[in-house]
Amino acid sequence: MSFVQNLPFFSIIIAMFSGILSSVISGKKARNLSLFAIVVTTLMSGAVLAYCMRTGESYTYMMGHFPAPWGNEIRAGVLEGLTALLFGVVMLLAVIGGMHHTFRDVEEGKINQFFIMIDLMLSSLLALIYTNDLFTAYVFIEINTIAGCGLIMIRQKGHSFTAAIRYMIMSQLGSGLFLIGLSLLYDVTGHLLMSPAKEAVAAIESAGNYEIPMLVILALISVGLAIKSGLYPFHSWIPDTYGYATPTASAILSGLVSKGYIFLLIKIFYRVLGMETVLASRIVNVLFVFGLAGMIMGSVHAIFEKDTRRMIAYSSVAQIGYIYMGIGLGTREGMIAAIFHVFAHSATKALLFISAVGLYEVSGGKKDYRSLRGAGYRNPLAGIGFAAGSLSMVGFPMLSGFISKLLFATSALQSPRKMMVTLLVLAISTVLNAVYFLRLVITLYSTRKSDEAQSSGEVQSSDHAGTVKSGVQEGVAAQRWNLKISVACYIILNLILGLGSQPIIDAIARGLEMFG
Amino acid sequence: MADFLFNNIEETVSVILFGIGFTMLLLQQNLIKKIMGMNIMDTAVYLFLAAKGYIYGKMVPIVTDGVLEASAYINPVPSGLVLTGIVVSVSTTALMLALTIRLYERYHSLNLDEILMRAKKEEKS
Amino acid sequence: MSRKRENYEKSFLFRLKRWMDGEVDLLENGMETVPLPKRRRYQEVEEKLSSKSEKSASGRGELSSDREELLSGGKKRFSADAEEKALRIYRRIYQVMSVVLCLSIIFVLLWTIAYLPVFGNAGNPDNNEVSARYIEKGLQETGAVNIVTGMILDYRAFDTFGESCVLFIGSCCVMVLLKIEKGSKSKKNQERLAKSQDRLYEPKNDVILQKCACVLVPVILLFGIYIVLNGHLSPGGGFSGGAVIGSGLILYLNAFGFEKTERLFTEKTYRRITVSALTFYCLAKSYSFFTGANHLESGIPLGAPGDIISSGLILPLNICVGLVVACTMYAFYALFRKGGM
Repeated sequence: MSFVQNLPFFSIIIAMFSGILSSVISGKKARNLSLFAIVVTTLMSGAVLAYCMRTGESYTYMMGHFPAPWGNEIRAGVLEGLTALLFGVVMLLAVIGGMHHTFRDVEEGKINQFFIMIDLMLSSLLALIYTNDLFTAYVFIEINTIAGCGLIMIRQKGHSFTAAIRYMIMSQLGSGLFLIGLSLLYDVTGHLLMSPAKEAVAAIESAGNYEIPMLVILALISVGLAIKSGLYPFHSWIPDTYGYATPTASAILSGLVSKGYIFLLIKIFYRVLGMETVLASRIVNVLFVFGLAGMIMGSVHAIFEKDTRRMIAYSSVAQIGYIYMGIGLGTREGMIAAIFHVFAHSATKALLFISAVGLYEVSGGKKDYRSLRGAGYRNPLAGIGFAAGSLSMVGFPMLSGFISKLLFATSALQSPRKMMVTLLVLAISTVLNAVYFLRLVITLYSTRKSDEAQSSGEVQSSDHAGTVKSGVQEGVAAQRWNLKISVACYIILNLILGLGSQPIIDAIARGLEMFG
Repeated sequence: MADFLFNNIEETVSVILFGIGFTMLLLQQNLIKKIMGMNIMDTAVYLFLAAKGYIYGKMVPIVTDGVLEASAYINPVPSGLVLTGIVVSVSTTALMLALTIRLYERYHSLNLDEILMRAKKEEKS
Repeated sequence: MSRKRENYEKSFLFRLKRWMDGEVDLLENGMETVPLPKRRRYQEVEEKLSSKSEKSASGRGELSSDREELLSGGKKRFSADAEEKALRIYRRIYQVMSVVLCLSIIFVLLWTIAYLPVFGNAGNPDNNEVSARYIEKGLQETGAVNIVTGMILDYRAFDTFGESCVLFIGSCCVMVLLKIEKGSKSKKNQERLAKSQDRLYEPKNDVILQKCACVLVPVILLFGIYIVLNGHLSPGGGFSGGAVIGSGLILYLNAFGFEKTERLFTEKTYRRITVSALTFYCLAKSYSFFTGANHLESGIPLGAPGDIISSGLILPLNICVGLVVACTMYAFYALFRKGGM
């Protein structure tokens, strides 16, 4: 067994261990430890990816001395390595980009707790990606949920508690459904590890037993994970959560946490229930319909929203809709498009949240998007980053969003029954996306003159100007290297995903083959 | 179906409790009742699992008198899962209760609707 | 026809109904309770009025005067009434919908379990080679007499490690929420600190409690330690034993107050114990995972089954888990009660 094969396990343990150690060290040290852990795990994921690409095989890794149906296991393949690598990069940049705000928003003595959450979040995401055991998945889902809740409420200001409680309630509903689905599945198959469970499921299928329980299990697991990832009718917690947390937390929650659940759902579809069963059960059609609804409704909500960050959060609802729509198409191409969009969206949405921070800082910290007028000139790099992210969301060529839209459209062509409606909704959603994102971008680059003309009617114009001025002065100091690095790297990441998409798509396709 | 449900009263009860707990968690306005609902839901799943591990006439899975036959003991796996699940639900319950305390301190209400309303008003002012 | 009761307001049913509607506490009059906050619609009326009059409505009696004031703004009154009616209808629909939802979930699940394997049957799918091996070879492979302990701490140890981490992160989150920084100068913090010091309704130096605690606490702690140490031999283990120890500590705290417990258990101790226990857990399990996956001998002797010192890593792991759980339970209590340890 080559040493590289140990790396998935090492990365999970290192992230966890740094979280445990962080509880006794100071905030600054915890930050350094956390950054170190993220960098190391990212490098390890890269090595795992390279190893799997080279050998062309996936492998399972025993967690302990006992083989498959008895002991815990993790599994690594191309798709796992790729996802872990990308998640690591996005997380690292999010932590770096929001650093200043983290230290400002979080109470002095509680900063190390923030990094505990970050570390455990990372380890739970990695475990969700690599796991080959359903119950391990449940335990790490819970760690992920609690860490997410911690990241939201650690700000302890404004809405963060209400956001946290809504998040917790919806997450617990999702966990409950997932857990009962898991128990039912254990009852009919007798296995908790994915590979033996899949064999048992296939045996059940061919014997024709337990048809109804299998259908319900499928529904419970899908709905549970869909609630946790914020699919449209269950999206009510998203705007608050993403809108009121600290920027790092928003970026991580929107970019990674919901994607981790989606990845787990795809993994369960392929590795446990079997894609044929899933397709035959028509549950994908339900996901498809909800995905379409989310695409439209998320954008509509975003259009009527004034608060920039809530607007971006509603856009997340729409993008989650895209992903579920891709899964719901039920074809291999649709799945590839969905996974690619997972990557594209996590890179883009984190970019949007982080660069929005840079724009806020130079605009007096007002929430209303109209206060961002001209902010693109005041903080050029953040402006460019925000514009790039918006254009990517809209589907501008050369950026990652364009590729995923293209993939969605081409995959829709291959499933004739869903083609028309998919293309139609895709077009509508793109137009709606364009409406609010381009509005934001135009606001960013419109001159201050019109701002004064508009705000003359407002009562607090002098007061407003004062805050803006102090905000600008603060903003000059706020042109920090960490924000710049983070935004620049995100833009590069977006361009990589947009321009060099073909190898990534090939890798996803290979990874999916390994799943099956 | 009815016959089966009466013969498998443990599972029947556990899914009924699950439904009640789920609905409470989803639709109750009072936060404490929501948390109660969550606990009922989790406990129902544990009851379900524990019922699934049981086999008529078998012993608890602790080796007695050196008997090592699989036919002598009940299934140990669900017991282990329940053990893990209980700890998870302890932590989530503690977290939810702590959040409720902070919300009550801030908004002087346990009703989620009212809390959200007040939060919105606070934001406007 | 049922006869009309004169004192229906005092009847149990009426109070039960009001309690079901969430209007009133069943224990009203029976216990000293804090007066309930007013119902929401009155508050909405109050909010509408607050611009007009500074007077605050504090109950139903004063509501009528508010209404009279409302009459002056006739249009407003209509809107308030309509809103109230809409709210009532909405609530009714909400209740019906929740019952329907509950019943439909229950129905689907009942329908599902009707097709599941029967209860208590040895031939069920979950009684397969997995549980058979746990039982037949567990003693030999893990050295634990208690098969469940052997399973969760050896076969499926990764889950259990994750579970300890759930507890750890749960206590971290509760600490973030409830811990009050003593040094912090902010007004809100000071307020919370003052509130947490308010121990008005607490018995101070209750002799009965103290004498009982003197007898019980050592017994409880010993029992907890016994459960932890015998986790691999008899029912129990780190989690249950830790919970027992934690409850013993909580009893001690209740009887003697924070001053006494702070002498032996502060936040620093808590952190040290938790971190060292989890670190040991993490390292021990990493070693075991690493050797297992690379097919190396772990080299940890399993000992003779049935002895206290046996079954390899399970005993130290149980002790670690017990420490973590005991400390976390105590920490939860102390944080909820006073916002600090």
